[in-house]
Amino acid sequence: MAALESPQPATATAMRHAFGNVLSVLILVLIGVLAFSIRLFSVIKYESVIHEFDPYFNYRVTQFLSKNGIYEFWNWFDDRTWYPLGRVIGGTVYPGLTLTAGTIWWVLNSLNIPLSVETVCVFTAPVFSAFASWATYLLTKEVKGSGAGLAAAALLAMVPSYISRSVAGSYDNEAVAIFALIFTFYLYIKTLNTGSLFYATLNALAYFYMVCSWGGYTFIINLIPMHVLLCIVTGRYSPRLYIAYAPLVVLGTLLAALVPVVGFNAVLTSEHFASFLVFIIIHVVALVYYIKGILTPKMFKVAVTLVVSIGMVVCLIVVAILVALVASSPTGGWSGRSLSLLDPTYASKYIPIIASVSEHQPPTWPSYFMDINVLAFLVPAGIIACFSPLSDSSSFVVLYIVMSVYFSGVMVRLMLVLAPAACIMSGIALSQAFDVFTGSIKYQLGGSSNSADDAEDTNNAPKDDAAAGKTDKGEETVKERSSKKGKKKEREPVEKPSIKSKIKKKALVLPLEASIVALLLLIMLGAFYVIHCVWAAAEAYSAPSIVLTSQSRDGLHVFDDFRESYAWLSHNTDVDDKVASWWDYGYQTTAMANRTVIVDNNTWNNTHIATVGTAMSSPEKAAWEIFNSLDVKYVLVVFGGLIGYPSDDINKFLWMVRIGGGVFPHIKEADYLRDGQYRIDSEATPTMLNCLMYKLSYYRFVETDGKGYDRVRRTEIGKKNFKLTHFEEVFTSHHWMVRIYKLKPARNRIRGKAKKLKSKTSSGWSSKSAKKNPWI
Amino acid sequence: MAAHIGIFAVVVAVFLSICAVSSAQDLQIVNAERRIDLSSHIVKAFLTLKVENIGKNPAPEMLLAFSPTQIKNLAMVQALAITGKKKKKTYLPLDVKPTEQPDAPNDTGYYRVSFASPLGPGETVSLEVLYILTHSLEPFPVEITQSESQLVYYHDSAVILSPYLVKQQTTFVKTPSTRVESFTSIEPANRAGKEIKYGPYENRASYSYTPVIIHFENNSPFAVVEELVREIEISHWGSLQITENYRLTHGGARHKGVFSRVDYQSKRSVSGASSFNALLAVLPPRVNSVYYRDDIGNISTSHLRTGFRKSELEFEPRYPLFGGWRATFIIGYRVPLEDYLFEASDGRRYLNFTFGCPLVETIVNKLTIKVVLPEGSKDPSAVLPFTVNQDLQVKYSYLDIVGRTVVVLQKDNVVPTHNVPFQVYYTFKPIYMLAEPFMLVSAFFFVFVASLAYVHIDLNIARK
Repeated sequence: MAALESPQPATATAMRHAFGNVLSVLILVLIGVLAFSIRLFSVIKYESVIHEFDPYFNYRVTQFLSKNGIYEFWNWFDDRTWYPLGRVIGGTVYPGLTLTAGTIWWVLNSLNIPLSVETVCVFTAPVFSAFASWATYLLTKEVKGSGAGLAAAALLAMVPSYISRSVAGSYDNEAVAIFALIFTFYLYIKTLNTGSLFYATLNALAYFYMVCSWGGYTFIINLIPMHVLLCIVTGRYSPRLYIAYAPLVVLGTLLAALVPVVGFNAVLTSEHFASFLVFIIIHVVALVYYIKGILTPKMFKVAVTLVVSIGMVVCLIVVAILVALVASSPTGGWSGRSLSLLDPTYASKYIPIIASVSEHQPPTWPSYFMDINVLAFLVPAGIIACFSPLSDSSSFVVLYIVMSVYFSGVMVRLMLVLAPAACIMSGIALSQAFDVFTGSIKYQLGGSSNSADDAEDTNNAPKDDAAAGKTDKGEETVKERSSKKGKKKEREPVEKPSIKSKIKKKALVLPLEASIVALLLLIMLGAFYVIHCVWAAAEAYSAPSIVLTSQSRDGLHVFDDFRESYAWLSHNTDVDDKVASWWDYGYQTTAMANRTVIVDNNTWNNTHIATVGTAMSSPEKAAWEIFNSLDVKYVLVVFGGLIGYPSDDINKFLWMVRIGGGVFPHIKEADYLRDGQYRIDSEATPTMLNCLMYKLSYYRFVETDGKGYDRVRRTEIGKKNFKLTHFEEVFTSHHWMVRIYKLKPARNRIRGKAKKLKSKTSSGWSSKSAKKNPWI
Repeated sequence: MAAHIGIFAVVVAVFLSICAVSSAQDLQIVNAERRIDLSSHIVKAFLTLKVENIGKNPAPEMLLAFSPTQIKNLAMVQALAITGKKKKKTYLPLDVKPTEQPDAPNDTGYYRVSFASPLGPGETVSLEVLYILTHSLEPFPVEITQSESQLVYYHDSAVILSPYLVKQQTTFVKTPSTRVESFTSIEPANRAGKEIKYGPYENRASYSYTPVIIHFENNSPFAVVEELVREIEISHWGSLQITENYRLTHGGARHKGVFSRVDYQSKRSVSGASSFNALLAVLPPRVNSVYYRDDIGNISTSHLRTGFRKSELEFEPRYPLFGGWRATFIIGYRVPLEDYLFEASDGRRYLNFTFGCPLVETIVNKLTIKVVLPEGSKDPSAVLPFTVNQDLQVKYSYLDIVGRTVVVLQKDNVVPTHNVPFQVYYTFKPIYMLAEPFMLVSAFFFVFVASLAYVHIDLNIARK
């Protein structure tokens, strides 16, 4: 795209501008189509279906919304999950995505376009990635002109990191949140560049949408204050900065508090304190600038000494109050996930449930290359381009990339926040490089172009942003910024940077051959990026993960076991039966099987999850009692040993032990490990071989091949022939990936033993200590 | 109005009772042979009757009697008159209608067969009657485990229930396998292989009833569609889109206890003998865009064989169905319009499509066929060879404004014999086809005009 865009000769005639605008719009439309269509691989290769885990929950919520309306949705108490606690969905969910898809569905249906809720949900993410790339265009255009904008938009349209979260069917918060994030940043920069209250209000609304959509909004509410602070510290304070920031904090905080899931957190938790602190600082600074304006320098000095001494006292008091407030909350007012951002080792030390999620792990180096590919090399160039010359807006994107690089290094999931920043930077870098190379080619080929450049320089100054369109070449924004400043004060600085840039331009003329070779190399780099992105979209990120395929000699083999079992549950069990499984499968069970689950992917109650973990790691009888006390009728385990599906429950089992042991100390991780090694073969510990998870996974497994060879662990299982006494197999899917067991009813009590048994059961499983259960 | 109907009903009833009384005295069945086929869960009974008029007046019709349990499960009765001798036999379909008799003993139900020409005194006629019963095999034991095979009861009478004297009769019952646990023996009765023979019995008076129970093994798939909604959407742009919503269940003995995949996969012959996991749907030829899915997505286990005369879709539900298990799924396909839509001589158009359920050997408890006519079509009317409940609805689909007329045909207890063509007539002006493209074109036009206007109008209050 950039290759198409940059060589456009920019003359001052209106016709050319109109043509350029039309071309830009056309390119943007094509970028939107590209962003949408590259995400359809999943539909073409698999089917139009909701993916993975969380999207199923969102889909279910959307179904509820479209069926019952918005008021029922806010009041929705979901009794089908976290049995017997339930969950208040309306107050614990970020409603942005659901409301967006619900609104789209409603609009379409009122136009008599009878798309199903599922179809709307599946295609929400691709549609919003098109929006996100347009927002990227706008943002980058504000920073470095529309050439860079188009390049950045094209890069973002197909950046693998974003594709991984927004393929068709990946109906997750991030799908709309990335658009909201970029758009909020765009409006912030726009306000910063124009000083318009109109944009400031829009900015607060965009921020509101972001708060509705994703917990990642804290990134915005911390990044923008940081940038404001940076501007103040570097002496770039201006009224535009004030207009960009103060309304955002006031309106944004008020609006954010309207979202039930945030509520008073918008003023109470530490994540938001930075914004208030900076809010105070910017007012102090604004006041200082104002006083400086009306006082004589001498009076001002006196005033400064006065204010500083009083101000210090006030500040100390405020800081003391803040510290007291923060210290009074147990985690220092920070949520676990945020804490693990600041201290990457926090989660693995204290909260196994956060650490157990693979997307909360730090990424590896290859994953950077996989997810942002050549952008990783272009980013430094982009940063340099942002520094020459530095403006308010370019300093913002520099800050953005620095922060997001840090966060992505902590949590692989936040690579998603890095992707737009990397795209913007690379877009700037590419655009600048193309500029320099094509400019020097033009210069080498004929001297006339040089005079055209000069003409452009002189013409650019009086133009406003809208008309400037795509003609600008980097220095345009600088001039604009300085010209705005110039209006207020003196005209002098206007000349300086433009002269500077002219000098720079002359110096940057490269030899013709070098330019051509460099251009070709850049195009190759872009081509490589495109190839990689298409490959990633097609091969790596399109699998819906509820249906697996494998390519064998006799064609494609489909493993549809998950849906097989969910369909079985949904049609052949009672509608109020409770199903226990590890929390990974909670959302899917409620959405696809419509059965009540004990725990699900919204891991809000650690104790409850630990209870299920304890049951899975306990011997059969104790597990039966735990499950029975929870009114569980069916237990579902995922087993990959027959076909070699690696992410099954046996491989997740250690997390169950850890999380269970974290709350119920009689479960000890060491009991399940032989010499620190996790194994299920004949060397495994008796605790391991007797625990419920082992038994439910391998029940009658030996009869399949006579040996019980586990294809995931690549070993024969330790205990081969055993019977279940308290559970019975009621369903096993075609490839054994999902096994469902039913709790046998309690045995009739024999008269004499009744009392004894009763005392035993009431003594409870939780009080039983580490020693093995005597009645097994 | 109500009074009129009441009077009319009384008159009809009186008339019918006179007819019935007269013909009951006038007719007798000289010879009857009944063959009951119990090999699947759809019970088919073939009656060969030789009817003689021994009265003085010509008899225009005769009655077939059914016990109350049978009449409830009776899906279909067909009658043919045989004329000519052995080589030149011709069959003439006769009109069969359910009817009420005021003096029916013990809630006996009746069907009236109208002869092609009234049977004169002393004349005889040979009839072939086919009737089909559903839900008439009662599983016993009611619950079975995976390793047991399914045993069922069949209740009937050893002699044919008839309002007429039956001079001579024989009944043959065909069971699916040689395994018959027990059967009520009414002498003379004997069993040979898969066949049980009752009779011959002679001179049984009218309304004779000798209950018998046959307890035998039947492992054929008891595929029962509890509800089937077929939506046939006519698009005059050239295709017919059919969407079929199935709610399938296994109607046999309920599954009890464990389902073991290991047993099911390794010992297929003895384990889950009565379960089924493959179904066959017979679809029209030239079918395209076939899909098979359910609420949670595509189901990958299906094969389509398109043929010249018919297409066959062989598919499996997500999991094998054991007794009492349920599954829901949707089958959708598209067929070219020109094969099914014709223009009648009076200018109306009519859709000629097959009634019933495309699945072979299944019972449909409740079948609803919705024919969605194109927007703007008028005066719909349906023509069917049997009675169904008819209704009209309105459906709004892509960009509709007035909505599409939907002809709803609803029938209970449908068996494969109901797969006969039916017609829906309607009038339609082709100009309506252009309504939606025109709407879209104008909508885009206005969008462009509006954006053009927006660009050219200066909305600023202050002059720059």
